[in-house]
Amino acid sequence: MRIIKQREIVEDDWQRVEDGAALPEGKIIVSLSRWKAEREALIGRRNSGLGIQLAAGEHADDIAADLDNFEVVALSFPSFRDGRAYTTARLLRGHYGFKGELRATGDVLRDQIFFMHRVGFDAFEVKEGRSIEDALKAFDDFKVTYQPSADEGQPLWRRRG
Amino acid sequence: MYQYDKFDHQILAERNAQFRGQVERRLRGELTEEEFRPLRLMNGLYLQLHAYMLRVAIPYGVLSSAQLRQLAMIARKYDRDYGHFTTRQNIQYNWIKLEEMPDLLEDLAKVEMHAIQTSGNCIRNISTDQFAGVARDELEDPRPYAEILRQWSTFHPEFSYLPRKFKIALTGAERDRAAIYFHDMAYRLVKNDAGEIGFQVIVGGGMGRTPIVGKVIKDFIPKRHLLSYSESVMRVYNGYGRRDNIYKARIKILVQELGIEEFRRQVDADYELNMSRSLDLEDSEIERMKAFFAPPAYRALPEGDAAVTALLADSKPFRMWHDRNVTAHKVPGYSIVTISLKPKGVAPGDATTDQMYAIADLSDEYSLGTLRTTYKQNLVLTDVETSRLPELWERLKTLGVATATVDTLTDIIACPGLDYCSLANARSIPVAQRLIDRFDDLDFVHDLGELRLNISGCINACGHHHAGNIGILGVDKKGEEFYQVTLGGSPEDDASIGKIMGPAFSEDDIVPAIEKVIEVFVAKREPDERFIDCYRRIGMEPFKERVYADH
Ligand code: SF4
Repeated sequence: MRIIKQREIVEDDWQRVEDGAALPEGKIIVSLSRWKAEREALIGRRNSGLGIQLAAGEHADDIAADLDNFEVVALSFPSFRDGRAYTTARLLRGHYGFKGELRATGDVLRDQIFFMHRVGFDAFEVKEGRSIEDALKAFDDFKVTYQPSADEGQPLWRRRG
Repeated sequence: MYQYDKFDHQILAERNAQFRGQVERRLRGELTEEEFRPLRLMNGLYLQLHAYMLRVAIPYGVLSSAQLRQLAMIARKYDRDYGHFTTRQNIQYNWIKLEEMPDLLEDLAKVEMHAIQTSGNCIRNISTDQFAGVARDELEDPRPYAEILRQWSTFHPEFSYLPRKFKIALTGAERDRAAIYFHDMAYRLVKNDAGEIGFQVIVGGGMGRTPIVGKVIKDFIPKRHLLSYSESVMRVYNGYGRRDNIYKARIKILVQELGIEEFRRQVDADYELNMSRSLDLEDSEIERMKAFFAPPAYRALPEGDAAVTALLADSKPFRMWHDRNVTAHKVPGYSIVTISLKPKGVAPGDATTDQMYAIADLSDEYSLGTLRTTYKQNLVLTDVETSRLPELWERLKTLGVATATVDTLTDIIACPGLDYCSLANARSIPVAQRLIDRFDDLDFVHDLGELRLNISGCINACGHHHAGNIGILGVDKKGEEFYQVTLGGSPEDDASIGKIMGPAFSEDDIVPAIEKVIEVFVAKREPDERFIDCYRRIGMEPFKERVYADH
């Protein structure tokens, strides 16, 4: 599958592991419940690449203490209208200082990518059937922004000059 | 008022380019209606019963004469020669063609206007006291803070897909004219014990299916924390507000379910994270914003005017208009004039292209070129020299906008209802018009004193019926339009929610029912008592008894 990463289209080298399925070789993304149930075993897999997927109702504090274990945190948008993951992303970047990959999954569409990018997402699994090339253009929709966020430390009024 | 600089213009231009692209994709069939819907809604474009409806933002209800002229021009060029001023201090056009939208938005941008966030589950247009900056009872002008909030909330990346829409109001006055207890969040400028001016913060008010009076979450926050504190409220709401049921998704339900103490604790906990401290306002930014709203160069004038006093004594029509539609100004020799958009035979809040052009001219001639819109669906000229009231009154009469009924029984707030709105159960506008016709004896209406009657065409309550002293709600009874009546609501300082009087009335029975309510009030009233005070004193029973006596 192709995804957007750091504003480029790349082949995804992470595998999502269903709960209960055997752990494959390579880089894996597991659910929060699996992480909780199999914490020790998964920590053993850290060096070959471990990521976690949070569902929309799961919050940043659920993984705050464990963040060092994850190279990828994937946050789900069950519908693009469900904006909880924006806040989760903002907290992970702005408060917990997560430096790894923050990935948007689910109903990820061109018209929201600009906002997702602003709050700290740097990887996007664009929804199936949508043009990933088209989605790539979304980063340039706006050049000026009013608020500080993960991408910009200062509000516009300190940048008006 | 606020003036855009190159950055504000650029943001608007980029937004309009983005939307033009979206419209083109839709017209080419690359976007389905289902996919396009949320995108157009982000720009205030609704699909109504007959056509597209566009809602244009009038930030905190402040409008220049040039902007009003452009709104008039748009009504002529793109619509059917009229616009509808709404209960959010905005304007709506009812007959818009999708393919013309991009050009229309560019015409708006020429006068620094837009339709951004006039719908969708985001922070909506911010509203204020329509007398902000000129009211006698004001501690400080809230408009600079409204503009600060407007910029912060525009395309906020974290808070554009909230559980539900989010409405903010501000006031700096002692008397609440902005219905602050019926907003998702509201700010009131107050002075603390140390003599410092800051904000009291209210959250969790709202109307709709579950009307709730807002609660104070903070007695006082310093001005510089306006945005950083707002972010924490929004963050808790965005993270934890309900998304499983559209009717339980407003912040009022979250506050109700958690309780105000627990909600406050969660907001404080987020605030303690210090994530938004770069949004703390420095004095220089507050001063920069205030400069945009600095008082104009008022002339030194005496308080009264002999000719006006004489006319008040001689002309009853003038006196009646002056009583209801003129408000004291903070500067001696000036007056605030409310232009009534509630004449007979017109939908409350509607104005024609010609009226808009003419009112823009009057604003230039009489009021330093600025205007306000009110959530009660009228317009305001804020800076009229008192000595010129008689000539202005004549001019307003000619235009048909001098109806002397402001804040009386026939200053009705009404939503568009079934004449336009696809969600409606019943029509609102014809009921408003019939009531205005029925109660056209100005002496009688004036004698009733302050009285608020509000009409909504469905439970979404766009017509604020819960907050009316008398509320009328359109309901559907086996496919027929019926009207439920509530009594005892109040929008402002003594905010309360109306209670249902009893079974709903048919289209034919609704006006007679209101007549009887008024009869009871007249019979039971103590001298000069307001309807709301009378109701609170005597309760629902006497009204109920009389209205349902023959049923
Ligand atoms: S209250 Fe109902 S009928 Fe009236 S405008 Fe709102 S949604 Fe439409």
